Amino acid sequence: MTRRAKSRPRPKTKPAFEFRLYVAGDAQNSAQAMVNLTAFCRAYLVDRHTIEVVNVFKEPKRALADGIFMTPTLVKLSPPPAPRRIVGTLSQAQPVMQAFGVEALVA
Amino acid sequence: MARNINSAPTRSPCERASRKSPTGVPGFDEITGGGLPRGRTTLLVGGPGSGKTIFALQFLVHGARRCREPGIFVAFEETSTRILGNAESFGWNLAGLRDKKLFFMDAQPTADLVQSGNFDLGGMLAMLEAQTRQSGARRIVFDALDIVLALLPDAAAKRREIYRLHDWLLARGLTGLITAKAGGDDASSSSLQQFGFMQFMVDCAVILNHSAVLGVSQRNLRVQKYRGTSFDENESPFLIGTSGLEVAVAGTLGRAAANVTTERVSSGVARLDTMLGGGYYRGASVLITGFPGTAKTTLSGAFAQAACQRGERTMFVSFDSDSNEVIRDLASVGIRLGRYVKSGRLLMVSARTITGSAETYLVRIKTLASRHRARCLVIDPVSTWSKSGNDLSAHSVAERLTDWSKANNTTLLCTSLLDEMSSQHEGGSPLQISTLADTWIHLNYLMQAGERNRGLSIIKSRGTAHSNQVRELILSDSGVTLTDTYTAGGEVLMGTLRWEKEGAERAAAEATKVAGKLKRVRLDAEEAELGVRLKSLQVELQAKQVEKALLARTTEIYKGELSLGRTRMGELRGADVAIPGRKAVRP
Repeated sequence: MTRRAKSRPRPKTKPAFEFRLYVAGDAQNSAQAMVNLTAFCRAYLVDRHTIEVVNVFKEPKRALADGIFMTPTLVKLSPPPAPRRIVGTLSQAQPVMQAFGVEALVA
Repeated sequence: MARNINSAPTRSPCERASRKSPTGVPGFDEITGGGLPRGRTTLLVGGPGSGKTIFALQFLVHGARRCREPGIFVAFEETSTRILGNAESFGWNLAGLRDKKLFFMDAQPTADLVQSGNFDLGGMLAMLEAQTRQSGARRIVFDALDIVLALLPDAAAKRREIYRLHDWLLARGLTGLITAKAGGDDASSSSLQQFGFMQFMVDCAVILNHSAVLGVSQRNLRVQKYRGTSFDENESPFLIGTSGLEVAVAGTLGRAAANVTTERVSSGVARLDTMLGGGYYRGASVLITGFPGTAKTTLSGAFAQAACQRGERTMFVSFDSDSNEVIRDLASVGIRLGRYVKSGRLLMVSARTITGSAETYLVRIKTLASRHRARCLVIDPVSTWSKSGNDLSAHSVAERLTDWSKANNTTLLCTSLLDEMSSQHEGGSPLQISTLADTWIHLNYLMQAGERNRGLSIIKSRGTAHSNQVRELILSDSGVTLTDTYTAGGEVLMGTLRWEKEGAERAAAEATKVAGKLKRVRLDAEEAELGVRLKSLQVELQAKQVEKALLARTTEIYKGELSLGRTRMGELRGADVAIPGRKAVRP
């Protein structure tokens, strides 16, 4: 499934990696995280990811419901197991890969 | 007065003191002259278990309940559920306040949180912004901010986030309270370095300290800085009581003067009232000192009973024995307190169960007394306080107790145990409370002729004329009485000796009485005898007079007979008529 998704993603199939990034408007850290996440996905998860960006300034209730206090926070919603969070600008790829198990999938 | 302090100012003071936000922590608002700086940020630092969270929560609860100021609690360390659970015992009705007036935000970093690179608290502030707008919150607490700061990679980032938070609070005009841990016992040491600049930044900094002094737990609070206002700069002991934090404050000059009355209250012993010129003054503090077994408790009991009989709510705190024991023991001298306990007028507190510093005792007693609305308060004995902790704090506690009871117009009766060895004579009490007391009664033993007898004397009584005599205190099953001691020849007699002496005196008086009676009887007899004699003599006299009269008569008759007879004889003889004026002369 993953291989197929990698080679030729179909609009109807569910993306392998579903991310949600909570940002604080265009604050420096948040902007940085956005840049880093995009670069990361381009490097490791080409065409098999979706990124939803939530601006906590605009949707504070949602952030509250999701328990987001530090920005930026990246939440991996799928694939299973349980969702994981990474806080920070995502400046280093290594901890991100470890946390999301991206490396294993690539290998 | 106390009720005002404890139940904290009502709504109006909150509004009036516009520059300060009352915290509802009894004592703290007095130290700071009204509470935390309104619309500013306060830093609360303290070691583990020093009461930071409770203080913070109390601040919010007070705002929500009394000042119409909704609050937000941001919990970085404990979950809100646990905080609510822990605070349940304080009776703040947090569940009822929750979500409407008091919003809890769980912001604990999860254990599996992965951090990569820099981050900021912008998200949280955005949410708080929304929440503030929705609930109209005026107070906000960041509990254990250090937890989240620890996640930040470097000091610069920490500093940046603190400033972000501070600026946000200032911009919104929220009264903020940030709590942070201080490592180790000494809250003011260099262990605070990472918050060092925070203390410069904020407008008010409060340090909580929890340490053990001579094995006794001691909590202290100190306001380190408070911009733009004067405050009590000393460490003030505080306690986590049944309704939250309570800070002990000594009366300051600015406080309202106590209502001084000239009303007297009975001491429960009639003779003692007489000695004091009518009894204790209402609102006075009375000290009874004495060695063990000199009937200090009995005198206290008599006072309590008298108070209850007048219908005044009374509280009796006993440190020595269980309250039921006290009731039983006092019943043996005719002081029956059981019925008043049943009717709820008298509250007996056995303070053996209270452990801790003198501070703890004071706060507990104050709380209980306020709740009971006690007009008379008995503490037996107050000297226990000097045993736990140091004498210095015990003295200041005694001072505050006196101060507090005066402010409330509560008549306070304390007993103080004198150490048998240390002060054989009427020395000061260990807490030097004797200088504070208005009336000081000293009980003593007098050893005489193999007996110990109790003597009572009034050492001082401010503003009342009082007897300077030592009285003997007698306990019997009908109550407590005082009797005069027998003073004769410069010595004071008590007990059996007094009784003997009095007995001898009674006997002597009796003998004198009898002797007098006897003498009177004898005199009566003599008088009677003389009377009789007088009568018989009178009779004799009468007889003699009769006899004399008879004799005179006889003589007369004889004389008459004689002259008659001569005339007749002359006639018969035909003798010459006698010439008158010439006696018949024989030739």
